[in-house]
Amino acid sequence: MQITAELVCFWIFAVPLVVTALGVVVARSPVYAAMNLVAAFFFMAGIYVLLAAHLIAFMQILVYAGAVMVLFLFVIMLLSLGDEHPQPERRKAMQYVGVMGAVSLLAVLASAIYRVPDAAMATLAQPERFGTVKAVGQVLYTDFLLPFEVTSLLLLVAIVGAVVVAKERI
Amino acid sequence: MVPVTWYLWLAALLFTIGLSGVLLKRNALIVMMSVELMLNAANLTFLAFARQSGNIGGHAIAFFVIAVAAAEAAVGLAVVIAIYRTRGSVNVDEVRALHE
Repeated sequence: MQITAELVCFWIFAVPLVVTALGVVVARSPVYAAMNLVAAFFFMAGIYVLLAAHLIAFMQILVYAGAVMVLFLFVIMLLSLGDEHPQPERRKAMQYVGVMGAVSLLAVLASAIYRVPDAAMATLAQPERFGTVKAVGQVLYTDFLLPFEVTSLLLLVAIVGAVVVAKERI
Repeated sequence: MVPVTWYLWLAALLFTIGLSGVLLKRNALIVMMSVELMLNAANLTFLAFARQSGNIGGHAIAFFVIAVAAAEAAVGLAVVIAIYRTRGSVNVDEVRALHE
């Protein structure tokens, strides 16, 4: 395989992505976990751009790294949580079972990926249009119109539900 | 050209890291962050196959996943706040009222 700019960019984004994702799981303090997750979302957006998903990459940064993580940080500050304490012995056995479960899931996914035919990426008919706001918007407002409208309803229900659950007295 | 399987491997690795976070961590907030990581891994798979087949439908699905994840984060964090208010802790092992 010859080394191309795309290959170099893939590794530039993929390695820090995995490292920061591991940082989320390894971090003891929720604030460090949140910061690692923000970094992971940015590297993930880079991977999305490599896949020509420009609109989704921007939404990743705006919605995830922006809105959702600010929400997480606000809740962490609101609750003023300390670091996670070391687990009692009883929990240790469950942790090994958890690691075994995660590793066996990776094995299942690996066997599925081996069966994916390693076809080359499609040559796009209009490479400059693929994944832009115009192209994705056209699909959203024609083929996916009903799910798109239902999503707005879902967000409304989520807003009302969050206020009802989190507020002490309405 | 980076083959599609590399993206799938990356997504599988991220999903496994997220799952181990859900299984190992006891802080409800970090568990939710790991769930977000798993949703992102699923998105990456959708976008990789969308790019491979040249079908823009995968981008629409990824869009819906992001919207649902935002709703999930809002409601989930509200539940975490409510639990903290009544129990003074967000340790998922201590929230077992339905279990006992």
